[in-house]
Amino acid sequence: MLQTLYDKLWDSHVVRTEPDGTALIYIDRHLVHEVTSPQAFEGLKLANRKPWRMDSVVATADHNTPTTDWDKGIQDPISRLQVETLDANMREHVPKVYFPFLDHRQGIVHVIGPEQGATLPGMTVVCGDSHTSTHGAFGCLAHGIGTSEVEHVLATQCLVQKKMKNMLVEVNGQLGRGVTAKDVALAVIGKIGTAGGTGYAIEFGGQAIRGLTMEGRMTLCNMAIEAGARAGMIAVDDVTIDFLKGRTFAPKGEMWDRAVKYWRTLKSDDHAPFDLVVQLDAGEISPQVTWGTSPEMVMAVDARVPDPEKERDEVRREGMERALVYMGLEPNTPATGIKVDKVFIGSCTNSRIEDLRAAAQVVKGRSVASNIALAMVVPGSGPIKEQAEKEGLDRIFTDAGFEWRQPGCSMCLAMNNDRLEPRERCASTSNRNFEGRQGAGGRTHLVSPAMAAGAAIAGHFVDVRSEF
Amino acid sequence: MEKFTNMESVVAQLDRGNVDTDAIIPKQFLKSIKRSGFGANLFDAWRFLDHGEPGIDASTRQLNPDFVLNQSRYEGASILLARKNFGCGSSREHAAWALSDYGFKAVIAPSFGDIFFNNSLKNGLLPIRLADSEVDRLFHDCEAFPGFRLKVDLEQQTVSYLDGSHVFRFDIDPFRKHCLLNGLDEIGLTLRHADAIRAYEEKHKTEQPWLFS
Ligand code: SF4
Repeated sequence: MLQTLYDKLWDSHVVRTEPDGTALIYIDRHLVHEVTSPQAFEGLKLANRKPWRMDSVVATADHNTPTTDWDKGIQDPISRLQVETLDANMREHVPKVYFPFLDHRQGIVHVIGPEQGATLPGMTVVCGDSHTSTHGAFGCLAHGIGTSEVEHVLATQCLVQKKMKNMLVEVNGQLGRGVTAKDVALAVIGKIGTAGGTGYAIEFGGQAIRGLTMEGRMTLCNMAIEAGARAGMIAVDDVTIDFLKGRTFAPKGEMWDRAVKYWRTLKSDDHAPFDLVVQLDAGEISPQVTWGTSPEMVMAVDARVPDPEKERDEVRREGMERALVYMGLEPNTPATGIKVDKVFIGSCTNSRIEDLRAAAQVVKGRSVASNIALAMVVPGSGPIKEQAEKEGLDRIFTDAGFEWRQPGCSMCLAMNNDRLEPRERCASTSNRNFEGRQGAGGRTHLVSPAMAAGAAIAGHFVDVRSEF
Repeated sequence: MEKFTNMESVVAQLDRGNVDTDAIIPKQFLKSIKRSGFGANLFDAWRFLDHGEPGIDASTRQLNPDFVLNQSRYEGASILLARKNFGCGSSREHAAWALSDYGFKAVIAPSFGDIFFNNSLKNGLLPIRLADSEVDRLFHDCEAFPGFRLKVDLEQQTVSYLDGSHVFRFDIDPFRKHCLLNGLDEIGLTLRHADAIRAYEEKHKTEQPWLFS
């Protein structure tokens, strides 16, 4: 029978199936961070249970950690307690590896897994975090879970699941200059909507996807959840294998060869049936900018903010009107006419070395516009920060007036001190423009790293294809 | 988990699509290491006019009189009526904890975020998917008739008007239904298959040994 990549990953992890199709799925890699794990460990203790296989666990503290003044520790006592709780849990139950706050390999959980080679093709990967879909870039079945499920995986190494449906998002042709994986992700969400992928596992395929680097593929799979799909994935090819070779936890020697042989089977069979196929032409995708409070409220940089009056559907129209009020925007404003106050380059979507290089290229030799209150770059991990510094990217940013910060989630969700003030407008490379996401009353526009850098220099959005 | 019993209640309505889990429980409350107490900050940014932080006493805060849950006609509601893609976004289970801590036992919507849907079921909060047209009708009647009530029968998988004039059926996995009705602990159930898990693990280890090194 012809199988999709998702079918193969699913089949190879089924422990048992109930008559109604509910299955027990074995989990290979469990990523843990401080926000969604304390209640799970407490639950284990209360039930007098032991973790099944701690050597499947890779843990780090990232959501709450500060990005400045690391020598002063974590000032907020509630955040500190959460991080210390993770420390204590990792002392009591020793994981495969733990990158605590201040470790030089610490960083955003979805950045460090692949970076360390702890995410490998063919794995099932879970984490109490919706952006776990990121890891699907490696031909994994990776998705976010809730805290009860974190506890369930800790206790049983399994997850109770129903199989999802298969969706293929095929991006054919070639991306234009200055158009990135982030723009593809936003264009896909603009097309299918934030609920378009609900109930599906999305495989991204087509020439434009095969042409992406691993960084780009991670950016794209990262945002599968914003299209409603818990899991996004991309078939294994040379790009995947070259990326993994030599990474700390990747197999070595003879084992590597054996693994590679298996990994090469991790792709959909030709003509495998998908429940839904969505096609996009890469050549038609422009750099994207969101204008509303949901990632599906997105426009091309050469377009204008839509007019709710033209929307027929009443619920949608009201949603648009509410979003425009929240965002402080008028219909028909050109995207390039929107001025921003802050710029955030970071998050598990766009904080990898390639992202920082792309932003630096735009920034090089220029200065941040005078109306920008704060422009910051937050690398995804310690090693990325080191690499960027080796390449002199930090100097390019700081010379231009950017702040160069310590790694972490930072202003992606503003659990630490990095946040927007009410009504502040931000060009952000993160993944969610929900109300209050980056700070109560803050206004977020999602863009690619180059577009964020361009906005910092110009003070408003610009089309990076023509301006730089 | 507590058993889910059949219920009848006033219905509160939240008429907007794509309500995300950041809105259901904003991030500053995620710093807690407990499972309880989130109800006080459910929909915090919408329910209150001032900015909430953990530890602030809710009684000292300024309520937003325009927000539905602050309107007396919806007081005591255990059923929340919502629009498409309710609970999308972040995986935070705190969203389900906050809704159920506040007193909700069921949420009715045309569709839900997948992770939120699962999280709810694990906390005795029943997410009910109904057709768009049925949800439209419920919104209409909820708005038109103060004190509008519904009955939820999980055994029969129905949502019905008290006078029996409308009965809507909903789907739920038999396994999930069984767990909810009996208040079963899923981990305990899974551990009954510990031998099967061990057997799988052995086979998996011989096939892909690099996953275990
Ligand atoms: S960077 Fe943002 S989206 Fe990614 S894990 Fe951190 S908070 Fe979540």
